[in-house]
Amino acid sequence: MDIVSLLQVLDSTVRLATPLLLACLAGLFSERAGVFDIGLEGKMLAAAMVSAAVAFTSGSAWIGLLAGMGASLTLAAVHGVASITFRGNQLISGVAINFLAAGATVVWAQSWFAQGGRTPQLQGAGRFEAITLPGAEALSGIPILGPVYAELISGHTIIVYIALLAVPATWWVLFRTRFGLRLRAVGENPAAVDTAGVSVVTLRYAAVGICGLLCGIAGAYLATALQAGFTKDMTAGRGFIALAALIFAKWRPWFALYACLLFGFLQALALRPDVISAVAGFRVQVQLLDALPYILTVVILAGFVGKAIPPRAGGEPYVKER
Amino acid sequence: MDRMPKWADVILIPLFSLFLAALISALVIWAIGENPLEAVRLMVDGAFGNTRNIGYTLYYATNFIFTGLAVSVAFHARLFNIGGEGQALLGGLGIAYAMLYVPWPHWTLAILGGALASAAFGAAWAAIPAYLQARRGSHIVITTIMFNFIAAALLNYMLVNPLKAPGAMEPATLSFPEATHLPNFQTVFDPLWKAFAGPEAATIFQRSPANVTFFLALVASVAVWALIWRSRLGYEIRAFGWSQPAARYAGYNATRITVVTMLISGGLAGMMAVNQAMGDAERLVLNAAEGAGFIGIAVALMGRNHPFGVFLAALLFGALYQGGAELAFWTAIPREMIVVIQGLVILFTGALDNMVRMPLERVFGALRRPAKPGTRSAQQGPAE
Repeated sequence: MDIVSLLQVLDSTVRLATPLLLACLAGLFSERAGVFDIGLEGKMLAAAMVSAAVAFTSGSAWIGLLAGMGASLTLAAVHGVASITFRGNQLISGVAINFLAAGATVVWAQSWFAQGGRTPQLQGAGRFEAITLPGAEALSGIPILGPVYAELISGHTIIVYIALLAVPATWWVLFRTRFGLRLRAVGENPAAVDTAGVSVVTLRYAAVGICGLLCGIAGAYLATALQAGFTKDMTAGRGFIALAALIFAKWRPWFALYACLLFGFLQALALRPDVISAVAGFRVQVQLLDALPYILTVVILAGFVGKAIPPRAGGEPYVKER
Repeated sequence: MDRMPKWADVILIPLFSLFLAALISALVIWAIGENPLEAVRLMVDGAFGNTRNIGYTLYYATNFIFTGLAVSVAFHARLFNIGGEGQALLGGLGIAYAMLYVPWPHWTLAILGGALASAAFGAAWAAIPAYLQARRGSHIVITTIMFNFIAAALLNYMLVNPLKAPGAMEPATLSFPEATHLPNFQTVFDPLWKAFAGPEAATIFQRSPANVTFFLALVASVAVWALIWRSRLGYEIRAFGWSQPAARYAGYNATRITVVTMLISGGLAGMMAVNQAMGDAERLVLNAAEGAGFIGIAVALMGRNHPFGVFLAALLFGALYQGGAELAFWTAIPREMIVVIQGLVILFTGALDNMVRMPLERVFGALRRPAKPGTRSAQQGPAE
């Protein structure tokens, strides 16, 4: 395989890993605080639709991004009310949010634009454009490093860089701040946090809120950067792949980055069957590549390759007194 | 401790939740500029207006009875089987093998064979997550979600490659042999109707997919009732669901209960394919489960995990499905509106149960004033 197609595959790996990474970090905050979230998919989808619609109407991708984050935050609030305030089943709440988003996005987009449940094509400032990092042109003459810098590192949209920066930021917040320590504690032993005089409810709402904001960025990226507009079910299971990546990474930020890059790489490979057959020498079924993230996650969950242990209080509503 | 009479818990709360879901759905319909009352009229007419529409409603309801029973059996052991969709897809694969490779002499044998094959494939697909939950401690919700996606990829592969009808463009199997086609409601009921109303009466259940699998679903409902409330295994399942430590202390084998419950659950979900693949399509097509596996969650929540409740909830969702299709046909309201309604029903009956329950408990508490004041009821929620 030549360097050009390798760079192309790696380039699309980065682009496809970005929404996974943002959603995965979103889930990381929520689940580290003890609130399971299988509604990542729904929140991304809602953000994708609203961001595309608002970006088209306002002509600004940034306003679209904000609106998308707002939509995702609204669904996160529903999840918070159901699972924190009313101590409902967090998994069922997540399922409900996924359905609400899957249906409401199409109903809303159809009544807004009447184009069969999609938003109009975004153009110009309605989309996030690729950024050329300084020196990409000048350095492109250098063998290997030049193309790597120009193609792989430079030339992505701003959200890709935001997502990559979110990894150290998440690590710092969770492991180097007082808020992060309390957030992790509330996912392991909420009673202890409560005894220390810190509000479990506030912390969990904060975590669910951060989760909503990050999912919002992920969804807006899908509709206004990766593609140019919203189409029905455009998240296509990415919320669940992000969930898989979260387990794969055992709820740790840096490993979340590696897991998302791996799963993004698998998605990128599935788009280029010619590259696989050139390298492997035989045809690999696309369906196998589609299923591989899920199969790998089940293997990890089964504990055959290092056990994945979720936060201890995950999924359980906190009852102050019994 | 009881705070409410049983009838309130079984009837009032689901009705209240349903009312809230309907109210918000009406607001959504109103917000997109349509008349909610007119929408309801169109949906009721679309679901029950004539025997063809009723046939469609019952066909969808049959799917949802199977998947609803699947979810509710698992719920009794406090296992959340979110993998009904994948298990139903695998059930379809079982049907395809049984119908294409076994020369069935008559449909009565074929339906038994098909039920067994689909149940076996669905159960096998549920067995792996069950084993992993019981022995390796991996969360069954996550593994069953993963297995849904793996099943979708597997079926995609099977229908594009080995099982595809030769020469066809479409990813689907060959049509099943004539002998395996199940009688639909028209062939069953129309002669009876004609004998009753005279030969010139209009044909009933014409061109509707409802078929004898509906009766198989009723049999399955009764069987699940007998299993859960009238058998030793059912008692063990319920005890395990109420308190795992107590069940372990009583000497029940947790692995066995988890695996057996999930086998039954997966088998029921798989049997949905009898209705879809054998009864209607008469071949296996891509995405045959059509989301019924997920609707099973709403049906089980709405039906309070009781087979009779599941039956009623399945009828309701069957009517919603068929009525929603008619609604999309006659108005500007897209078909996806039923997905919104479905999400709202799951939200209110499942996740926001306490929001409906707490005020009602207060009302009933006030009605029974002379009861001991100042005592707290045990909170509903997972036992620790």
